[in-house]
Amino acid sequence: MREYAEFTLSESDDGSAHTLVLKGPLRVYSLGDLDTRLNALEGNFERIDLSGVTDIDTTGAWLVSTFAREHNLATVGESEQARRLFAAIGNITEHEAEPEPVPGVFTRTLSEIGDVVLNWGYGFKRAVAFLGETVSAFGTVARHPSRLRGTALIHHMQYVGVNSLWIIGLMSFLIGIVIAQQGAVQLQQFGAEIYTINLTGRLSMRELGILMTSIMVAGRSGSAFAAQIGTMKLTEEVDAMRTIGVSPMEALVVPRVLASMMMMPLLGFYSAVLSIIGGAFISNFALDIPFWTFLQRTQEVVPITDVWVGLVKAPVFALIVALAGCYQGMQVAGSAEEVGLRTTQAVVTAIFTVIVLDAFFAIFFTEIGWT
Amino acid sequence: MNEPEEYVRDTPAYEDYPIVVEGLRNAFGSHVIHDNLSLKVKRGEVIGVVGGSGTGKSVLMRSIIGLQEPTAGQIHVLGRDMMADHDEDDIDIRSRWGVLFQGGALFSTLTVGENVEVPLKQFYPELSDELRSEIARFKVRLSGLPEKAAFNYPSELSGGMRKRAGLARALALDPELLFLDEPTAGLDPIGAAAFDSLTRELKETLGLTVFLITHDLDTLYAICDRVAVLADKQVIAVGTIPELLALDHPWIQEYFNGPRGRAALAAKGDSELEDAMPESDESAGMDSAGMTGA
Repeated sequence: MREYAEFTLSESDDGSAHTLVLKGPLRVYSLGDLDTRLNALEGNFERIDLSGVTDIDTTGAWLVSTFAREHNLATVGESEQARRLFAAIGNITEHEAEPEPVPGVFTRTLSEIGDVVLNWGYGFKRAVAFLGETVSAFGTVARHPSRLRGTALIHHMQYVGVNSLWIIGLMSFLIGIVIAQQGAVQLQQFGAEIYTINLTGRLSMRELGILMTSIMVAGRSGSAFAAQIGTMKLTEEVDAMRTIGVSPMEALVVPRVLASMMMMPLLGFYSAVLSIIGGAFISNFALDIPFWTFLQRTQEVVPITDVWVGLVKAPVFALIVALAGCYQGMQVAGSAEEVGLRTTQAVVTAIFTVIVLDAFFAIFFTEIGWT
Repeated sequence: MNEPEEYVRDTPAYEDYPIVVEGLRNAFGSHVIHDNLSLKVKRGEVIGVVGGSGTGKSVLMRSIIGLQEPTAGQIHVLGRDMMADHDEDDIDIRSRWGVLFQGGALFSTLTVGENVEVPLKQFYPELSDELRSEIARFKVRLSGLPEKAAFNYPSELSGGMRKRAGLARALALDPELLFLDEPTAGLDPIGAAAFDSLTRELKETLGLTVFLITHDLDTLYAICDRVAVLADKQVIAVGTIPELLALDHPWIQEYFNGPRGRAALAAKGDSELEDAMPESDESAGMDSAGMTGA
């Protein structure tokens, strides 16, 4: 059983003043609710008797000396150890600073709304500045091609492109199955299930292939960019680069953005092809449309403009995903928590912006007659 | 839960030797850091651990506190076999030591004060919130920080202040054992001297046993009772500085007799030590020549 610190009050000879007698170990583990009980004491004491204290540590000594100072008491009977501790603590018992008072809910809400609005403003400014820096870094690299980091570019191309083939392929194949199967169920009601091929082929090429790929790349690579660059910011690697004369924009941002922009059209096209294959696969069983017939028919019903629509959008989406990742990574400052926040932010911004832009593209391509 | 009396004493030396390391071997793949390393730390002493860069000082500390699983060997801390399967009781031992990591290792999402509260909350949940935060603020000041630092986040502090905050957290429970990994590295000389005297004071008033990794010769002279020298994958010598100086090992001689060692000795002004120190050519003179590794 743990032994707790105890106290008793004893009256002095004339009965007017009391002595507070502390007993037992005054250690951090034996304090329990001693402070609450001490503060609840009423009456006047003259001194604290510590002769019954078996053990004391800094916390116990601090508690006693704070209490003694607040009530203006003298201590008696303290051990040598206690005396040393009191001396070591010195005047630390008095507060020299108070925590900043927390403002009321109303003020806090207002100030947080203000912060959010301000951060939008600053964030927009910083994002534009970052875009400018990126463009200028691309300009520099274009004028001095030898400053392009070839190894880094290939590394990121592999990471963004080759390493995601498996997951993007599987995802697209399954999506193709879902579109064909669900589309067929609806179209059958009109006896028009042959149009499943149009639905799957055109939707994959125009929209879903590149959109799903962008979302997957944002989650897979955009987040990695933010976390990598953010951690490098925390460990001062980015600062070290600057002092050596290496531009972080050229060394970190340009290879990542370029690699993404080069790989995304390929990935998007690959994704579209695989989802058509997925559609053909399910049609073979569910619709009695043979696999090869489905593919041949796709060639007839999907206009080449659909392919161009997908390929034009791909580098734009790649730019957004990669820039969002790099930008958020570069904004990291301070703590490890920030890396997590910024990474999440990168993915959310990237996916949201990609979907918004996709809507604009859809209207744009319809207007120019690529229907 | 916290009575030392109830601890299983499976090594007889527990009362006198809170840390006993025997035949320790640490290897990362084929890279052997420690081989058959043994070290006994006496109760109530400040033991300084020195050694060149890469001799595994930090790895030794991590092995002792159970963060690094050794390849072979025996480690007993406060009588507990650290190599045994970890069970509930092993939590208790963590309330009896404090660890200061090199960079402070503060939790970045908590203020300094809340950092100090973490061990208090973990082990003594019965303390009231108010008392706990009061204790935390007191510990922050005890470690030499201004009280307002308790309300700051670690990212708002300088490296030296973070180190002190780390010490405040290590001292939160008034532990019996204190592990310090390069506590004075990166501190200004005044701060480093204050750190030394604080460690000394705590050791003397609380009977702390301190395991101190350092490169700071001033700290070695000022507060260490004994010094353990790590080299050749082992502790090649343990003893007071005069005892070590009497040994004829090239690294030890160079370490204490280099320009920095002599400067630290002169600052200490201990004639007994100076007598023990053999004369050496001081033409190397400049501080920079005496770098003993970072």
